[in-house]
Amino acid sequence: MRASARAHAKVRRTLVSAGASAATAALLLTGCSSDPAETSKQGGQSGGKDQTTLTVGVFGAFGLQEAGLYDEYMAQNPGIRIEQTSIERNENYYPQLLTHLGTGSGLADIQAVEVNNIAEITATQADKLVDLAKAPGVDKAAYLPWKWAQGTAPAAKGGATVGLGTDIGPQGICYRKDLFEAAGLPTDRAAVGALWAGDWNKYLETGKAYKAKAGEGKAFVDSASGVMAAVTGSSAQRFYDEQGKVVYKTNPAVRGAFDLAASFATEGLSAKHQQFTPAWDQGFSNGTFATVSCPAWMLGYIQDKAGPAGKDKWDVAQAPKPSNWGGSFLVVPKAGKHAEEAAKLAAWLTAPAQQARLFEKRGSFPSASAAYRLPAVSGAKHDYFGGAPIGEIFARAAEGVPVAVVGPKDLVIAQNLADIGMLQVDQKGRSPQEGWEAAVKAIDNALDQ
Amino acid sequence: MTDETALLSPSPARPVREGEGGGRGQVWRSRRYRWDLRFSPYAFVAPFFLFFAAFGLFPLLYTGWAALHQVELTDPDSMTWVGLKNFTRLWDDEFFWNALRNTVTIGLLSTVPQLLIALGLAHLLNYRLRGSAFFRVAVLTPYATSVAAATLVFVLLFGRDYGMVNWALSGLGFGPVDWQNGPLASQVAVSTIVVWRWTGYNALIYLAAMQAVPGELYESAELDGASRWRQFVHVTVPSLRPTIFFTCVVSTIGATQLFGEPLLFNGGAGATGGSDHQFQTLGLYLYEQGWVNLHLGRASAIAWAMFLILLLIAGAARLLRGRGEAR
Repeated sequence: MRASARAHAKVRRTLVSAGASAATAALLLTGCSSDPAETSKQGGQSGGKDQTTLTVGVFGAFGLQEAGLYDEYMAQNPGIRIEQTSIERNENYYPQLLTHLGTGSGLADIQAVEVNNIAEITATQADKLVDLAKAPGVDKAAYLPWKWAQGTAPAAKGGATVGLGTDIGPQGICYRKDLFEAAGLPTDRAAVGALWAGDWNKYLETGKAYKAKAGEGKAFVDSASGVMAAVTGSSAQRFYDEQGKVVYKTNPAVRGAFDLAASFATEGLSAKHQQFTPAWDQGFSNGTFATVSCPAWMLGYIQDKAGPAGKDKWDVAQAPKPSNWGGSFLVVPKAGKHAEEAAKLAAWLTAPAQQARLFEKRGSFPSASAAYRLPAVSGAKHDYFGGAPIGEIFARAAEGVPVAVVGPKDLVIAQNLADIGMLQVDQKGRSPQEGWEAAVKAIDNALDQ
Repeated sequence: MTDETALLSPSPARPVREGEGGGRGQVWRSRRYRWDLRFSPYAFVAPFFLFFAAFGLFPLLYTGWAALHQVELTDPDSMTWVGLKNFTRLWDDEFFWNALRNTVTIGLLSTVPQLLIALGLAHLLNYRLRGSAFFRVAVLTPYATSVAAATLVFVLLFGRDYGMVNWALSGLGFGPVDWQNGPLASQVAVSTIVVWRWTGYNALIYLAAMQAVPGELYESAELDGASRWRQFVHVTVPSLRPTIFFTCVVSTIGATQLFGEPLLFNGGAGATGGSDHQFQTLGLYLYEQGWVNLHLGRASAIAWAMFLILLLIAGAARLLRGRGEAR
């Protein structure tokens, strides 16, 4: 959920309105007739040479185009032209992708898929997608094993690797040095990381120590649901078991994460925010909370919201346990006209060198572990966060993330746990038990077909 | 395709009447003329109905068909017949009833003040004002603002910690209100957005109707010594009755389909309508079922239930109105 939240946090603008659907309808009507004309027109532009146009469909500000990767590929391959279409929010993008896969039309040659949707894609759509493990230039060993596993269909569905990982979201804990100092806690990032190393409970204990000294109106964490996302992200089994059965209700890891996060609320350590809302943004600029679990992609967001006044106040330390939050994949639909060329492009876009570029330019952390040895990553420091060696911190987190079992409805379960269950505890002061029951009820309703 | 026999008809100056001697051509021509008269209007309105059939009727029927099946968006082609199960389960679906209740309360909270304010505004705009054109355009600007933009501003205004509304309230000595979490508070906040956006639109409709009220009515009322207020109550409002009925119908439809405001009022959380579903409307619940949970069959059933509810309301309104007119 949170990477989609990231997508709409970046540009939270319009919904797909009536106007947009009317436009889509018009496109559908004219689609069949205009295609050949368009191809010939492009042929004309390139002086009669055979030029292939590859389309890439993404959600939000995905970064591939912004980092200049398309331009570079087109320069290297004069026969290829790349066009990107983007839909702002994944919650609008993903249903449309499913409909298009269902009808086999309206698809881009390459489509992006958010990590919370990838299990559903590999489980239900693998037969409609190209097996990218066999694409030229793809090296399985270059990827993090857990990321590779997420993009691979279950053996029962053919076991094809239909999704190539782009970025991931290894987590650290971002904290305010000035607030830590005022509360008598260490401010050096190694010492801060040591406060809670290895155990999320120590993070809670640190929070209690912080609260004892910090005084009224200063919270330790931004939100209880942020903590919950981080804690669940660090366990191998979450909402589904290996057989694909929904087990979140009985899995002690999930309930444990819920209860731990809830105690941040009941202990009065939370600023009671809902993440990616305007109030949360204002919390950053007003310094109302001292820490936030931050995946690599969130650093830019914090810098944005906390503004120049927050420079040298924020720093980032290692999280208690390695954990992942967010990330995306590229898939190539078989129905595309240029599936072979598209697979080649997808492989190139997700190769370690390009992922390192994406990190350098956009801060999206590479899922190809081979990229961590490249200087663009290994030597990366973040000026805003006191020159923190973010390449090193997040690479260590990324390599420690367990191979998690992902299920088709992870998104729905995570979303209801956070936005129903945890929010009721955090913002409405309900008991953790009440919050849990409300979330379970909503999830049962959502999973029931 | 010129009709040659018609061109060569013996006496073109004399009008040819039907059944009068003449050649076959004349009969043909007059028949064509009659056909033209009878069928052309249908041809002229046909494009609308073709589009309606393609984009209105077909989706409606298809939705009805899908509502009788178990369909998932992950595989929309495979439908399993489940009969009326998607509808019957709505009886036990507390989220559906919650959404229905919210839709009714938010609908009332927004429609009633909205139409009353619009009536008052129209009455004021109907006075001879300096710069009346400016004011008339000004009341319409909220309507021209996009829902998304307006709602985002209102989210800021209704913020819990740094919102302007709470700041003003604290100035008056009231504690801060958690506008997003209180069941009633959140519904009031969502309604405010609706009222803000649609009041001007309705005011202009009322204004147009008011200007069609004959001036003599006011003159004679004034001669009878009626005050401005009594004129408004006894002349303006009765003359506006059909218009008021129209705006009520349109607002009811709008309220039933309320979607954008509650969706965007919920920050990052999407279609849940708050942590307790406290402002989840039917439109949001439909969206959540169809596009978040991907259950197309269930979503279709909700869509049809909304449609039936609207038909019920329309039927009730017709009955009431018919009785009102018979009196």
